[in-house]
This record gives sequence, C-alpha cells and structure tokens, in this order.
Amino acid sequence: MHTDVIVVEHLSVGYGSSVVVEDVSLRLTPGTLVALMGSNGSGKSTILKTLVGLIPPVHGEVTVFGDVCGRHPARTAYVPQHSATSETLPLRARDVVAMGRYAHLGLLSRFTRHDREVVDAAMSTMGVTMFADKPLQSLSGGQCQRVHLAQAIAHDADVWFLDEPTAGLDAEGRDTVTSCVAAARERGACVVVSTHDIDDAREADIVLLVAKEVIAQGAPREVLTDANLRRMYGFTGQH
Amino acid sequence: MRLALLAGLVTAVICAVAGTFIVLRGLAFIGDALAHGVLPGIAAATLLGVSTIVGAAVGAAVLVGGVGLITRRTRLSSDTAIGLLFVGMLALGVIMTSRSSSFAGDLTRILFGELLGANASQLMWMIIATLVVGGVTYVCRRPFMLLCISRDLARANGFNASLFEALMMSVIGVAILASFQSVGTLLVFGLLIAPPSTAALVTRRLHTMIIVASISGVVATYVGLLVSFHHDLAAGASVVVSATAIFVLVFAAATVRHRRMSDSHPAVSPAGAHHHAH
Repeated sequence: MHTDVIVVEHLSVGYGSSVVVEDVSLRLTPGTLVALMGSNGSGKSTILKTLVGLIPPVHGEVTVFGDVCGRHPARTAYVPQHSATSETLPLRARDVVAMGRYAHLGLLSRFTRHDREVVDAAMSTMGVTMFADKPLQSLSGGQCQRVHLAQAIAHDADVWFLDEPTAGLDAEGRDTVTSCVAAARERGACVVVSTHDIDDAREADIVLLVAKEVIAQGAPREVLTDANLRRMYGFTGQH
Repeated sequence: MRLALLAGLVTAVICAVAGTFIVLRGLAFIGDALAHGVLPGIAAATLLGVSTIVGAAVGAAVLVGGVGLITRRTRLSSDTAIGLLFVGMLALGVIMTSRSSSFAGDLTRILFGELLGANASQLMWMIIATLVVGGVTYVCRRPFMLLCISRDLARANGFNASLFEALMMSVIGVAILASFQSVGTLLVFGLLIAPPSTAALVTRRLHTMIIVASISGVVATYVGLLVSFHHDLAAGASVVVSATAIFVLVFAAATVRHRRMSDSHPAVSPAGAHHHAH
C-alpha cells in the first residue's frame, strides 16, 4: 500500500457533471509504465488531466503520493498534447527546458548552478544541446518534442504524465521518446502515457483500453487482442 | 516641455512592460476595452469632482468584473462579453461627457491626453506605478511566462493560475491608469501594442522583449514629441504614429533579413539533430 504512487478507485472523469470516462481503477508502483490507449475523444487526455489535478474527479477516489492530485507539482511532470507553446512567445529551447525547474523554484527561489547543471544534462540526454539557443518556433516538430521531453527530465519528477508524446513523430522521434521513458523508469519514476498507437501500448506494463469506459485493462499481451481493439474502435465509432 | 518628455518616456516604459503580456497572451481586445471602458468612470469622476484616476479605476474594475461575470454565467465567449461592455461603456462615457457643458474641451483631452500639460505630482505617481508594474512583473515572471503558454501548464507547475491571471490584468490596468492622463485613453492602447509587437519581431527571450519594447517606446515618444513640437501636431497622436512607424520599419527590415538568411542558411538541419540524438 505504501509503495503505491498513484491509487485510483472507481474514478469517473469529466467536465462539471458530464462524465467522459467511467469507473477507472488502478494502482501504480514506482517504475511502472501505463499506457492509456484510445482513439481521439475517448477520454485519455481527460484521465491524464484529472491525475495531474487540472480538473476535479466527477466521482470516485484518486490519490497521487497519498494526496489529492496536484498537491506535489515538484514531483509530477506533465507534458501536454502538442506541447502548446505560444507562437509569439520569445523562448529559446533552453528556456523551455529550464521551465522544468519552475515547480521546484516556485515564485522566488533563484536559479542556481545546480538547476543549470540539471538543465544542461537534460538537454544533452535528449540531444538538443546544439539548438539550445535557437528560438523554439524555428525547430521542427520532432525537435520541439525532444525539447519538451528534456523539460520533463529537468523536472526530475517521480511521476510523468505524457499526453500523446509520439503523435506526429517519425520513427526516430518515437525511439527517442521510448528511450527517454525507459531512462525515467530506471530511476524509479512512474510514467503514464496516452497514445492511439498500438506499438506504444505494447511497451507498457499495464494497458488501459479507453473508449468512454475502460474496455480492458492488464498486460499488453492480454489486453491488445483483436476483439478488444475492435470493441474499442467500434465504441467510439472512429474507425 | 521637459516634464512632457519625461512623462512620455515613463508612459512608454510602463506600457512596454504591460503591453508585452497583452501581445503574448493575445489580450489585445480586453486591453483595448480597458483603455476605452474607463471613459464613463472618468466622466463620472469629473462630474462628481473626484480624482479621474479613481473614476478610471472604478470603470476598469466594472469592465473586468462584468466580463468575468458574463463569461461565467452565460455561454457567451469572453470576446463577446468584452465587445458588449466595451462599446456600452464607451457610449455611456460619450453621453455623459456630451450632456454636460463643462466637458466641452474635456472629451478630447480624455481621449487624446494632455502630454504637454503633465505636472510634477502626476509624473511622480507615474514613476511609482512604473516601479510597481516592473516589480510585480519581475517577481511573477515564471507564472506569467507559463500562463503565456497555457493555463494548464501554470497550474501543473503549482502556480495558482487565477491569481496570476488577475495580477497580470492588474498590471495592465495600472499601466493604463498611469498613462491615460498623458497620452489619453484612445492612444494609450497604441503604446501598449506597437512597441511590444516591434520587440516580438526581433527578440528570443522575454526580458529582452520587454527591454526592446521599452527602448522602442521611448524612441517613439521622443521622436513623436519632437515632430509634434516643431510642426505643431497633436502630441499623443504623433507618439503613437511614430511607434507604429517603427514597427513597420522593423517589420520590413526583419523580412528582408529573414529572406537573406533563408537563402544562405537553411533552418536547423534535421540531419545534424539526428547525429546528436544518439
């Protein structure tokens, strides 16, 4: 019980009183990789946002580090879908990675030599050091995604929430995400990713097939069956 | 004239700081509405014989509060709420000023300011306001930057998004209140938008954007006042026209430079990135 990082019991997520996904239950120990798999509009992002603490649960219980979601920003890293960055915002790649330290620094703490070292190491891990001083807008989609993952590394968090980290990436970009996630797990971090890609889901310890409800849950081998996938896609009517 | 120049320069700086966030967060419409929505407040204050700053602050609070209320309680977008209250309050302000004979010359003064009539105590308040705006922006730079990307990101990093959004709006409100007496409610908006837009064209970091915006605003103010003095033109309007002219010049220069750069150096090479990733 004490080793559970995230505990979810009969959770219904949604906006206001309208439920998007019903009855999710889950227990995650350190180092676990969970894939929330579903098509667009299935409710994956809504589950993630609830776990991050951005929207309150509609029903049920959910705790992260034994606390209400969102209480430990320094220990949780969140990389939103398409990692929205303002078109006009003047930011270099390095500044985006440095934002990974904000949850530790809060409003007033100074950016120390240690913070700078963590940021440099994260950039070097993700291979973005060479364009550290380039404006973010000048980078390609894959390069941007690497910068955002470097931000998650710099965050030095115990739980990662990644919303469709491989969307729009080529094979090489996907490999980068996979190795980055693997490195995080080796450190004992718990990783929750959303994806609509079956190859991503195969890498996980636990897969949740989501389509307004949890269609199946468990090890990839048991869950990613033709019958389950057909049910998942049929349910949301996307394919 | 020296006081006018100083007042103009302080206005340029405070507007550059606040305007940077208007440009980055896409708040131009609410900024515009604030700059004009304060008119009935100013008019009422003049009629009641109280300070116009107080009237303008009340007008701004009514506008921001009203927009918040309509957005929360109805399905109307904030743009619609802003548009509705902005035009309504501007019209109310015009009616109030036109009803009273004592306003004959005042409407022009409120709308276009009275840069040449700035006095020492006004200038002192403007300097204090600029220091407050600069200080709050410096302290809140992290949540402000995250808010410019997304509200969710600010919250995920442990910052109270509503609080810092309110602070950002307050910074903008204070800048407008501190500026309207010198450049007027109509033209304060030009100084809020043009210099930060110019800076956005050429900078890569938030603090350099604020610095470049301030410099561009200061140059615009100086040039505008000089031209207005020698050719007997309206001071506030000359300042805003020169701020816009600087934007156009920098835009043209940046476009030419970008063309040349992309002819000789293609963007960051994906092949090079590949090489480094493994």
